[in-house]
Amino acid sequence: MPLTQEHELHRRRFGRNLGLGLVLGGFAVLVFFLTMAKMKEGASMEGFDYQRPAPAGTAAQAEDGG
Amino acid sequence: MTDSSIITREQEAGFGDYLALLKPRVMSLVVFTALVGMLVAPGGINPVVGFAAILFIAVGAGASGALNMWYDADIDALMRRTAGRPVPSGRVRAEEALAIGVALSVMAVVMLALATNLVAAGLLAFTIFFYVVIYTMWLKRWTPQNIVIGGAAGAFPPMIGWAAVTGGISPESVLMFLLIFLWTPPHFWALALFVRDDYSRAGVPMLTVTHGHRAARRHILAYALALVPVSLGLGLSGIGGPLYLSVAVVLNLLFLRGALALLRRDEAGAAADGYRAEKGFFRLSLYYLFLSFGALLAEAALPGGFRPGGV
Repeated sequence: MPLTQEHELHRRRFGRNLGLGLVLGGFAVLVFFLTMAKMKEGASMEGFDYQRPAPAGTAAQAEDGG
Repeated sequence: MTDSSIITREQEAGFGDYLALLKPRVMSLVVFTALVGMLVAPGGINPVVGFAAILFIAVGAGASGALNMWYDADIDALMRRTAGRPVPSGRVRAEEALAIGVALSVMAVVMLALATNLVAAGLLAFTIFFYVVIYTMWLKRWTPQNIVIGGAAGAFPPMIGWAAVTGGISPESVLMFLLIFLWTPPHFWALALFVRDDYSRAGVPMLTVTHGHRAARRHILAYALALVPVSLGLGLSGIGGPLYLSVAVVLNLLFLRGALALLRRDEAGAAADGYRAEKGFFRLSLYYLFLSFGALLAEAALPGGFRPGGV
């Protein structure tokens, strides 16, 4: 059955859906620009568990010194 | 038959009702003070990051407003000023307000941590906890000093803004906190003097109701006095300067004069002229905060001003 009659309730729902859609869209855009800004600042791109490899020779020196 | 006829819910919330849940007017004050805290902080912040930080601080404040409306729906329904809020008026269900409040709180704190740092995010999380649990759930219905402690929640935003830039807490940001913290009680009690809200009916112990107007007038003066060293101290701190200091001196003199005038009035006199002095003092308190923070901002914008850690 096709919906032919617009009810006031539909208008409210549409407004709510439109509002939420815009908020979510805006959030996605914000996260995008935030990422760009962070990258430009040279923020760390490694994962939280990333371990920087020790420079060559460091381990040997540490052993000598220790 | 349309499909709407089988829906029993009489009132369907519009988008604006969900926005109202976030207390947009409180949010505007939060945005202003957090922005000042951020802009006067030494160092700089990327504009996009700064915008995002202010937005998430505002969302966090809004989320605590939604949680407040969820918990206080019973007393909000009993007071004229708050009866039209989305939950007591039946447009938004209490559980919805709870869900939105929790979801937005978590989102705001996590996003602020990702956008800036853990100190700022931790302060935001603490602010939400403080406002919802300490103020709304515990103190508001228990002590006439509720406004004093609750004011702390509203005082955190400039500290969060500062922490977003510097990653820490410093005497300057604590002084900005204290300025709002000590300003809130006289501001609210002045309002409570002339707005005859149904606090007693709702079981909220408001100082004007529990201890009378006389005590409220004395308390207003006490806080106005306590504000002076904080306000002037801010002027001597790293973010102050001659411009802020001169504005602060004038504002404090006006505030003290107003508080003294309120103390000298009795109820009969106040009622006779329709609480003119009380309303004037309330308006002055709004200017006090706005101009104090505005002057801090102007001080930071002045070329050649002393910027700690800056150039």
